[in-house]
Amino acid sequence: MGLFRKNFGLLAFAAALGLAPLALPNDYYINVLILCCFNALIVMGLNLLMGYAGQVSLGHAAFFGLAAYTTAISTATLGLPIPVGMLAGVAVSAAVAWLLAVPTLKLHGNYLAMATLGFGIIVSIVFNEAVGLTGGPSGFVGIPRLKIAGFTFTSDKAYYFLSAAVLWVATLVSRRVIGSRTGRALRAIHVSESAAQAMGIDIARHKRFVFVLSAVYAGVAGTLYAHHLTFVAPSSFGFHFSVQLLTMVVLGGMASIWGAVAGAFFLTSLPEFLRMFEEVDILIYGGLLIACMMFMPSGLAGGAQAIARKLKAGVRRG
Amino acid sequence: MADLLEVRNVSVRFGGVQALSEAALTVRQGDITSLIGPNGAGKTTLLGVVSGAVTPTGGTVRLAGQDLSGLPIHLRAQAGVVRTFQNLEIFSNMTALENVMTGAHMKAGYSMLDSLLHTPRFTREEKRLRELAMEKLEFVGLAERRDALASDLPYGEQRLLELARAMASGPRLLLLDEPAAGMNNKETAGLGTIIRRIRDELHIGVALVEHDMELVMDISDRITVLHFGSVLAEGTPKEIQDNPDVVAAYLGED
Amino acid sequence: MFAGAPQYLISGLTVGATYGLTALGFTMIFNTTGIINFAQGEFVMLGGMLAVVLQKAGAPLPVAIMLAVAVTALVGCLIERGVIRPVGRTAPVNLVIITIGISILLRGAVMLIWGKDTFALPPFSGSAPLAILGAAVQPQSLWVLLITLLLLVALKLFFSRTIHGKAMLACACEQKAAALMGISVDRMAMLSFGLSGFLGAVGGAILTPITLTSYDVGVMLGLKGFAACILGGLGNPFGAAAGGLILGVLESFGAGFVSSAYKDAFAFIVLLALLFVKPTGLFGGPKSDRV
Repeated sequence: MGLFRKNFGLLAFAAALGLAPLALPNDYYINVLILCCFNALIVMGLNLLMGYAGQVSLGHAAFFGLAAYTTAISTATLGLPIPVGMLAGVAVSAAVAWLLAVPTLKLHGNYLAMATLGFGIIVSIVFNEAVGLTGGPSGFVGIPRLKIAGFTFTSDKAYYFLSAAVLWVATLVSRRVIGSRTGRALRAIHVSESAAQAMGIDIARHKRFVFVLSAVYAGVAGTLYAHHLTFVAPSSFGFHFSVQLLTMVVLGGMASIWGAVAGAFFLTSLPEFLRMFEEVDILIYGGLLIACMMFMPSGLAGGAQAIARKLKAGVRRG
Repeated sequence: MADLLEVRNVSVRFGGVQALSEAALTVRQGDITSLIGPNGAGKTTLLGVVSGAVTPTGGTVRLAGQDLSGLPIHLRAQAGVVRTFQNLEIFSNMTALENVMTGAHMKAGYSMLDSLLHTPRFTREEKRLRELAMEKLEFVGLAERRDALASDLPYGEQRLLELARAMASGPRLLLLDEPAAGMNNKETAGLGTIIRRIRDELHIGVALVEHDMELVMDISDRITVLHFGSVLAEGTPKEIQDNPDVVAAYLGED
Repeated sequence: MFAGAPQYLISGLTVGATYGLTALGFTMIFNTTGIINFAQGEFVMLGGMLAVVLQKAGAPLPVAIMLAVAVTALVGCLIERGVIRPVGRTAPVNLVIITIGISILLRGAVMLIWGKDTFALPPFSGSAPLAILGAAVQPQSLWVLLITLLLLVALKLFFSRTIHGKAMLACACEQKAAALMGISVDRMAMLSFGLSGFLGAVGGAILTPITLTSYDVGVMLGLKGFAACILGGLGNPFGAAAGGLILGVLESFGAGFVSSAYKDAFAFIVLLALLFVKPTGLFGGPKSDRV
């Protein structure tokens, strides 16, 4: 029973992901679901970094974009097999994160925010200006549709199930990282770096690990995104997207895996349901960021968690 | 008994201020050595030199003969030097049990792969860590509070939690920086008992910085008195109490 | 090969002056509250956009600019009073997120009201270029430099001669001490937001005749203003202004001699390099515990 209860969330999530397409009025919405999966993937990584380890990043759109462009260039320009391109995409994101982590994660708070923001903008300028490589502002066309071991993901439904499966595995990985000593070390670093060090935790190594891990999540999402849309443009990987990701993390709740999923699904699908407010979405993001921080700084999930913990502690004592 | 910690000729400058000059400190295996002195005498700085938080301009720090100079904080912790903090540094985002399990970070014998695959080794080791942490919580009398969020605990219990967390890391030398600060008399007496048991039952060396003289005189085996960054006197509590220099230094302050 | 140098220098100084004013705004708020205001660039945008709108509505140019500046300063005060103060003391990350929220809210509001077009403002005194040291200098450049210089002198006097100016520096050093001296930290915080709104808006209004403006110019200007802050050493007001000028000139020379396509990237490469190597800035001390 313990095993079932412990994994209830994951099982329910698998069921929800599997059944979601049935609940859609038409197949157009399957594309929205696919985007939800991509964003949830990035936000989950970002939440490991921000929510658990307490390291802010305002440049995560760049890791998403680096992977997308790398696989685009590898497959469409260089003609490499798709799996190779995708691996290369994730590897480039991870490698850039690894290099960036060394100097960046020594910085705290405001400085870290600005450094990651500056990094994001530099990458976005390169996407725009390296026209020969990226196609420039008008975008990169002709990325092949995903094909693995002879199977081409032609239907959107097939692509959705693939994306959902990847998201589910990422959720499992996140939960297991968090549930290990590494997860505890990350949460310790969030609150007190000096105490974490005093417990023998190598904080530089742990920060770099979680930074690279979050870049890998963004990278996986980026490669899936590129081979789904078959077209990428720099505007998808700019500052605006980094802010959207941040809003998803904050709304869902820092330090909550389910919060990350909820925040990403909610904010990604919101514009679809609020068609008439198309232009207003920027106001909604701004308003949500402020309102969350003012009135519920730990997000939707944070509130739920606190109540659950109090109940549990009460039961044990009583 | 053998010397566990030997600090020799340690000097520290902060900008233009000489915080420590040629200071020394010895803690023997299974002894409680207190570090006392007027405010600003350099007690916390000296603990910082031992834990690695403060880089001295000169001098040596040895733990059971091993030179710790130049090692970063986390490697000193791995060598067995673990501290608590004057201004509480508990992990407020975790439960009491998780705090102590984090203390046992170094004791976990599994890799990232083990935790991703939930191998038997991972399950076994996590169970062992949990038991170890529970044992430490019981040691300080917080077993009942295992699932309480650390930030929800009252102040005195947070101090004990920090102690339990430090002990879970399996230290050879425990550095306690004003553990009784903010505690009432009853809590302080309880703390004294716990520190004594750390010495008597676990044979861990303790270096204690504390303002509560009653506690210091009660539990210390040896006392080192710092004054303006230098060692003024060193000896048993009795010797220190009878030392005219020490009395003068303290009367001059209070 | 350095034929264009005087030209680049003048245009660099002109844009750099606005970076400097933006950086000064960052510094004011940081010194009094410890907050990095990510909405700082939006103040610059508001200054320019409001001046354009008011001027189009028929206000004479000087009146339009003064009104724009006053409204922006008021917006700054309102932000402090309505959002920052209620939130109170919280983690820096939370404040970063809040000011990001404010910035996109302001940007979104301006976009909804006045659209996504690019707007121009007439120069203050004609557009016939003057020849100085072989460079064709627009009169507006001289206006920008002159006004910036006047503001710097005024601020210098404000900090050294007035009780509020001194109080602002006192807040920076020690909030508790400031409170003991009978200085209201809350009021100083509001004043600092108002003042940085004022500085940003002036920067935006005087630069608009040269660079044009639109709802989204604030992001870049804000970030470059911050880069200027870091360059001059965060917390040092005149270092920030100098940082702005240096950054403007670097950028202008970079665009002229290296690559104009990557013009915007220079500021951020400088920013990253500085953060990694010397986060206390060119004029900062060896160590800062605020990092």
